[in-house]
Amino acid sequence: MDIIVCIKQVPDTKDVRLDPETNTLAREGVESIMNPFDRHALEEAVRIKEELGGTVIALSMGPPQAEAVLREAISCGADEGVLVSDRAFAGADTWATSYTLARAVVTLGNFDLILCGKQAIDGDTAQVGPGMASQLKLPYVTCVQKLRTMDETGLVVERMMDDGYDVVRLPLPALLTVVKDINEPRVPSLKGKMRAKKAEIRILHAADIGAEEQCIGLAGSPTKVVSVFTPKPRGNRTVFSGTPAEQVEQLFAQLRDIL
Amino acid sequence: MLIVDKEKCIGCGVCEANCAFGAITVEDGCAVVNDRCTLCGACVENCEPQALRIEGAEKSNKVNLDEWSGIWVFAEFRHGVIAPVAFELLGAGRKLADARGVSLAAVVFGDGVEAAAAELIAYGADQVYVVDDPELAQYREDVYGRIMESLIRDQRPEVVLAGATAIGRSFIPQVANALNAGLTADCTHLAIRPEDGMLLQTRPAFGGNIMATIECPHSRPQMATVRPKVMAPMPPDPSRQGEVIRVEVPEGLLRSRVEVLESVLSKQDKVNIQEMEILVAGGRGLENEKGFELLRELADELGGAVAASRAAVDSGWIPYPHQVGQTGKTVCPKLYIACGISGAIQHAVGMQSAETIVAINRDPNAPIFDLATYSLVGDLFEIVPLLTNKIKENRGR
Amino acid sequence: MDYFLTEEQQMIVDTAREIAREKIIPVRAELDERNEFPTSILKDMAKADLFGVFVPEEFGGLGGGCFEIVLVLEELARGCVGVATSFAANALGIFPVMIAGSQEQKEHYLPDIASGRRWAAFGLTEASAGSDASGVRTTAVLDGDEWVLNGTKQWITNGGEAQIYSIVAMTDPSKGPRGASIFIVEDGDPGFSYGKKEDKMGIRASATRELIMKDCRIPKDRLVGRKGTGFITVMKTLDISRPGIASLGVGLGQAALDEAVVYAKQRVQFGKPIISFQAVQHMLADMAIQLEAARALVYATARHIDGNAKEVSKVSSMCKVFASDMAMKVTTDAVQVLGGYGYMREYPVEKMMRDAKILQIYEGTNQIQRNVIGQELNKEYAA
Repeated sequence: MDIIVCIKQVPDTKDVRLDPETNTLAREGVESIMNPFDRHALEEAVRIKEELGGTVIALSMGPPQAEAVLREAISCGADEGVLVSDRAFAGADTWATSYTLARAVVTLGNFDLILCGKQAIDGDTAQVGPGMASQLKLPYVTCVQKLRTMDETGLVVERMMDDGYDVVRLPLPALLTVVKDINEPRVPSLKGKMRAKKAEIRILHAADIGAEEQCIGLAGSPTKVVSVFTPKPRGNRTVFSGTPAEQVEQLFAQLRDIL
Repeated sequence: MLIVDKEKCIGCGVCEANCAFGAITVEDGCAVVNDRCTLCGACVENCEPQALRIEGAEKSNKVNLDEWSGIWVFAEFRHGVIAPVAFELLGAGRKLADARGVSLAAVVFGDGVEAAAAELIAYGADQVYVVDDPELAQYREDVYGRIMESLIRDQRPEVVLAGATAIGRSFIPQVANALNAGLTADCTHLAIRPEDGMLLQTRPAFGGNIMATIECPHSRPQMATVRPKVMAPMPPDPSRQGEVIRVEVPEGLLRSRVEVLESVLSKQDKVNIQEMEILVAGGRGLENEKGFELLRELADELGGAVAASRAAVDSGWIPYPHQVGQTGKTVCPKLYIACGISGAIQHAVGMQSAETIVAINRDPNAPIFDLATYSLVGDLFEIVPLLTNKIKENRGR
Repeated sequence: MDYFLTEEQQMIVDTAREIAREKIIPVRAELDERNEFPTSILKDMAKADLFGVFVPEEFGGLGGGCFEIVLVLEELARGCVGVATSFAANALGIFPVMIAGSQEQKEHYLPDIASGRRWAAFGLTEASAGSDASGVRTTAVLDGDEWVLNGTKQWITNGGEAQIYSIVAMTDPSKGPRGASIFIVEDGDPGFSYGKKEDKMGIRASATRELIMKDCRIPKDRLVGRKGTGFITVMKTLDISRPGIASLGVGLGQAALDEAVVYAKQRVQFGKPIISFQAVQHMLADMAIQLEAARALVYATARHIDGNAKEVSKVSSMCKVFASDMAMKVTTDAVQVLGGYGYMREYPVEKMMRDAKILQIYEGTNQIQRNVIGQELNKEYAA
């Protein structure tokens, strides 16, 4: 079973704070991490490989420093890391990203399965997985919470729905996006880390994947950011003061009507 | 490319501070852009001397915008009912349609959906496209995607809205991709720009720490998903008149490579936080699972339920159905008590429409206090039990 | 302080730290409360190659020494000493094979240890043989091609959980210590069974049981080293394992200090965080001083052992005593800094204090260690 896992390097958004003075993002100390959902996709791929054999390629699109997450993927069991990177990709929205990753997949050649995290924590769009499936004309299922069975012809998965789950069968090759419930990712192994350190990360530029200029980066993006802002605080605010007990008294007096 | 006009740049560093990606540094009194730049435009906006601009090729496969007209809402139908988010979208869509002076249509797929059409009209639809086929009883990504795509190609609506539900988030991106259309996920605000009729889509960005307004200047339809409970439905008017359009789809479109073997309805979580009038929510400040015990006592006393921020859910202290925010649920209770929640936008977008917000936090600078009607600065481990007791005492009387 | 670790050593630290953060800390309170052995965590450690750290490369390990074990144990102990003890006992159980085993025995057992497929335990202590190891009553008699073992081992860490046991038994009781030998007994061997699981004050995630051998028959080739060399092997084993116990103290002390400082910065009394009070600052300072001194001694000792130094007993005992006494003191002070909260199960420091106590007791009580140090001093100054 040859598997491609799509991995994104994201800022650890939970560390991001707004500077109350300047109302801008305080970036200091924000680390770049592997998108948490992708970690589960990778773990699932490695488990499938351990069971059925085959290879796992970790594929990422991003700036050169995104190489770090590919090395991390190798330390967690991926065989190879491929980075799609080009200044020309900058400004890509989910459409252009789906297109670019799909071109990279075509360039890599044969595969049986593509696994993606449900969404990336910096954008939360959940669009690139289905977008790639559309580009590659692959059957796909999103939000997979369990891989029930798998053989050379197809797989049976549980797809998380709002009101429960569906059990779905689909043929291979296929694309799945996974949720965190699917598995508990492992800690990178020591031997894996040593392998990752030495590994050669393959870099694919726009020309290497035969990407059309008007389909990548800002030019290939149908959506455009018009403005970015931080929301204004609400009106009518009361800040209590005093000891905890005094503050609770004041609050209770205010809430009496609601309760 | 992000271009720095070296003549105009004064090296003030505002762009550096505004860049969420660490892509700009000021060197020798002038801004320098590195590879991390995503062309998000935050710096351009905040550059007073106007020294920054984004340049690049524009999408060449532009469509003729005038050929596209009308607002569409995808009405999700599952297990015999229309998802409530469809009515909310019709409420939002109605305003957009009126602003544009065009009609509002609902699209509904399923097996035995025709009866639902009247309901959609009552909630504001002028037309309802109905695709009724036993093959559509189960949700399958490829079938839903292809039918939607073919309807859009035939009818050319300028805007397509869908609920950001499991189903909507799963097949709408496929449709947008196939149509070369722009899609904005999880919008919290939708508006028409009066000058050119463009749909302005606002959503939290960068992990929900800032808001971004997005447009689709050259592509059609303009597509957006909206999370349940974000928009308000109009009061239904059963006397409203509308047109029901039955669409026969060719058999080929119904053929799928995906087969649903079984649909399992899970026992719903005992409480649905979206339906509660009072919520007591906890975040990272609770420190561990046991912190939620305190909140549960308070919630029980108030007749409410417990909710949580993403930080608390990610830490495994409470299961996901309790999560409020951009990646959880949107709630609008009468009273929302946020305990040990910092109040990043990610969380704020899920609860800011609550009627009364009480915030309890140790950090006086926590952004949650900007949202709170009543703010208590202090240790939640002291304050929450005091509040619980206070309410208990009062009840005794 | 920078101890100038190699890149590989830093990787080992990072990996063990991640295991502690991701897999141990979230469940440690529960394991403690339920007296539950951390089987799944040990499997996670195996996947991360941590069991291979001290196994020679030719047997599938990473070829590290005493220092690498110390680094792993310190990080694991920052998470939970109970879990870390299970890891340490595994190493202790296989050291006799590494020290005195035949090539065949090494080939047979070490790859499984390195991969974490099987775990080991060390069986020395008996009801009558605690600090006085010469009180061993378990016997081994050769009967044709098989050894027949009879006796009961007490308080064996990993007992009932491990698959490979190094058992000390008397092959010639008349010779006293020189009549002892070491045997490998495997889970499932005929006549081999386990007693009940002990209910302990601390390190409750580790499993402690009796090993019962009743006409336990094992193949002849399970004898480790030559007959009668058992005690020498035991002493060599303990010499290299004691820095490991010491490092558990260092990790635990670090965890307690971390909790105390974080708490002291947050806790406000008289309108100020309590860390601004000198009384608290001095306590924290003393904790930090002792901790760093212990770490320096443990690291130096481990490196001394890895450098194939001749005399290791004295320093090995010194670091065990110093670091375990430090851990007891630092965890007790951490509870004090946290005050009433520190005494409550809601906060992790009370468990740390309970866990610390065993470090002064097991693998040779601190009194026995001081005897060793005293005797060595006496010898050194003999001339």
